[in-house]
Amino acid sequence: MCLGVPGKIIEIYQAQGLKMGKVDFSGVTREACLEHVPEAEVGDYAVVHVGFAISLLSEEEAQETINLLREIVEAGENLESPGSQPPRENPS
Amino acid sequence: MSEEYPTMEGPVCPLPHIESDRVVMGHGSGGRMMADLIRSVFRPPLSNPVLEAENDAGVVQPTPPESLAISTDAHVVSPLFFRGGDIGKLAVCGTVNDVAMVGADPKYLTASFILEEGLAISTLQKVVASMQSSAEEAGVQVVAGDTKVVSHGEADGLYISTTGIGIPLTKNEIGGDQAQPGDVVILSGTMGDHGIAVLEARGDLGFETNVESDIAPLNHLVSVMLEASPGIHVLRDPTRGGVATALNEIARQSNVGVLIRESTLPLQPAVQAACEMLGFDPLYIANEGKLLAVVKREDAEKVLMAMRSTRYGEEAAIIGEITHEPRGRLLMETPLGSKRVVDTLSGEMLPRIC
Amino acid sequence: MKYLTEYRDADLVKKTLKKIEKTISRPWTLMEICGGQTHAIVKHGLDQLLPDEVELVHGPGCPVCVTPLELIDKAMAIASQPDVIFTSYGDMLRVPGSNGDLFSIRARGGDVRVVYSPLDALKIAQDNPDKEVVFFAIGFETTAPANVMSVLQAQNLGLENYSILVSHVRVPPAIRAILSSPSNRVQGFLAAGHVNAVMGYWEYEPIAEEFQVPMAVTGFEPLDIAQGILTCVESLEKGEYVVENAYRRAVTKAGNQTAQKIIKQVFQECDRKWRGIGVIPGSGWCLRPAFQEFDAEKRFDVESIQSEESPVCISGLILQGLKKPHECPAFGTKCTPDHPLGATMVSDEGACAAYYHYRSHLTRQGIESS
Repeated sequence: MCLGVPGKIIEIYQAQGLKMGKVDFSGVTREACLEHVPEAEVGDYAVVHVGFAISLLSEEEAQETINLLREIVEAGENLESPGSQPPRENPS
Repeated sequence: MSEEYPTMEGPVCPLPHIESDRVVMGHGSGGRMMADLIRSVFRPPLSNPVLEAENDAGVVQPTPPESLAISTDAHVVSPLFFRGGDIGKLAVCGTVNDVAMVGADPKYLTASFILEEGLAISTLQKVVASMQSSAEEAGVQVVAGDTKVVSHGEADGLYISTTGIGIPLTKNEIGGDQAQPGDVVILSGTMGDHGIAVLEARGDLGFETNVESDIAPLNHLVSVMLEASPGIHVLRDPTRGGVATALNEIARQSNVGVLIRESTLPLQPAVQAACEMLGFDPLYIANEGKLLAVVKREDAEKVLMAMRSTRYGEEAAIIGEITHEPRGRLLMETPLGSKRVVDTLSGEMLPRIC
Repeated sequence: MKYLTEYRDADLVKKTLKKIEKTISRPWTLMEICGGQTHAIVKHGLDQLLPDEVELVHGPGCPVCVTPLELIDKAMAIASQPDVIFTSYGDMLRVPGSNGDLFSIRARGGDVRVVYSPLDALKIAQDNPDKEVVFFAIGFETTAPANVMSVLQAQNLGLENYSILVSHVRVPPAIRAILSSPSNRVQGFLAAGHVNAVMGYWEYEPIAEEFQVPMAVTGFEPLDIAQGILTCVESLEKGEYVVENAYRRAVTKAGNQTAQKIIKQVFQECDRKWRGIGVIPGSGWCLRPAFQEFDAEKRFDVESIQSEESPVCISGLILQGLKKPHECPAFGTKCTPDHPLGATMVSDEGACAAYYHYRSHLTRQGIESS
């Protein structure tokens, strides 16, 4: 139910009373409504679903997730028995 | 009251017709208006001795061949103009390519026009000029034509139907049923450019991109390939339905399996981005300036090098191979190493929300 | 492509899958809720690469699939009326009603148009003041912000010729219904990441606790899905029944509060019928009384339409994860994407269509080596 694609907000403007943005998806641009992400600024990345930004993407979280995952799976490569795992930091 | 246009538009109208910048029903009536249209709009750009003869049929004198390649197609693209091309270029190249795909050298084209009443003459002129420029590039002549006019609302502006005739360049059989297990599959360049360019021009989905249609005549590319090797078994241009549909057809016709590798598929980032956004798969999107070749394994590198030395084959790449099994099916290996079936396109591609 | 390419990193995905293999010690049955996730799993062949102990069952997260037959029939009735421009997301046009589909209405001369966004439908309404423009507002929570904004904007612009045909469903009641079923085998969930981007995942914690079932908020790229599965498997192995966020770049526990407020302004909870499953109480959203004028069902007087499902189609069992598509007697024979009997075959996200399209059960049997 969720074809949401990440894109970069390159322009913000008002149209017929709505906060709108021009979003760049790696070489394809489309207008998206930003009413649901009023804090959005030019340069932010958003998940766009049917022409609406539904959430902003966090660079920090993205990086942290990949790093954490790398740690887990690369540490896991040294383990021998199933069922035992390295101590896992619990992100909350 | 102008003496220049006494009209024989039937039923005969006593009022003189005033020169218009739009196509009107009278242009299709077979009378002087139509003659004028042909003489002023169609003939000058497409001019050649055969057309100049103004006969009901063009008579040509090719070197008598043992066989002829003939193909026909109708072009109904909307909008008429888009980035990288237009309906005229599409009409000429589409038929040139169909003839080339059987390993033939296209020589003559016919072009039949269905014009919508109200079409601007200047639009028609642009289209015809585009056809001539493509015909010149391809080295073909338009030797016969026809014009009809239909009422406003009936033809999206303009429909063009073309028939192409060519002389086979080789005695080897080139066809969809000639693929052999072990053969290599080559794609001449990036997928999906045309389809995305047209979709963008249509404007319904509201996106903007610089992707240009890839419409191009491929006959020179084909002759270079045939010179490089007699081991070309199949040539196919992946138009509507895309690469996936064309490869499925080949798999079925030759009763073999086809395996392609996702990581080798040439794809422009903007086309990929447009597909992501809309939920399309580039494997199914139309191409109008690309070909698929199934080539004997030993000759694959030679053919690939030859392709890369041409204008429309610069980005040619080996994308897969022909296998024994599963017969009649196209499989794709993902970057993860898993394999999945790639089916033929069924029905219309629709943008999805899921 | 930023935020996409990194999550398709084949190397990291393979390592994550290996980690799942090392972690798992017994079979577990997981359900991915979202149709988009089903699509991604089958498209990348992830189910082929997972250890056999992980069984993935496909959930009812396809709003196209679960839209009840009556609503399709109502849509067709409205679209057939003169001076109506019926607009819809693309996936809905091919869903079969009792007699044909919206495509066939178009073929008969009805003005049926595909739009990418509800704002496009609004524009059509503005450009065609003499026509009634109806928008088929289907979706889960992900699509609600868009659908309700079109209503609010219609109100702001004073548009009198715009209305929506609502078919909105909510995930939490569906999860409860699945878990409450006596034949339930699901032990863990991959929650639909974009639903959670809007709604957060605070609603899921009481469910996880009550039914003792872990959940992982999961994205849609191969790495996201692998990570979601790893998270769920780890929780199951440890006997922890928590909701973990494996899609942190887009989702927070509270979710998008602006969007939630806007949705609540226009929609209220109501009972909804899920095609193939039946009525799940409180599982839908409907227009609030203040917005009744935008309700196409009332405007076009189609409320009384009733419909009967095909007796052969088992979409309901498939949507609940109780049967797999190839276990349906009609699969691939009487029922194919070209002539679907039920919605799970029509929508590209439907489990049946995904299976048919990618014929994954065939490649799993090693057909290429036979």
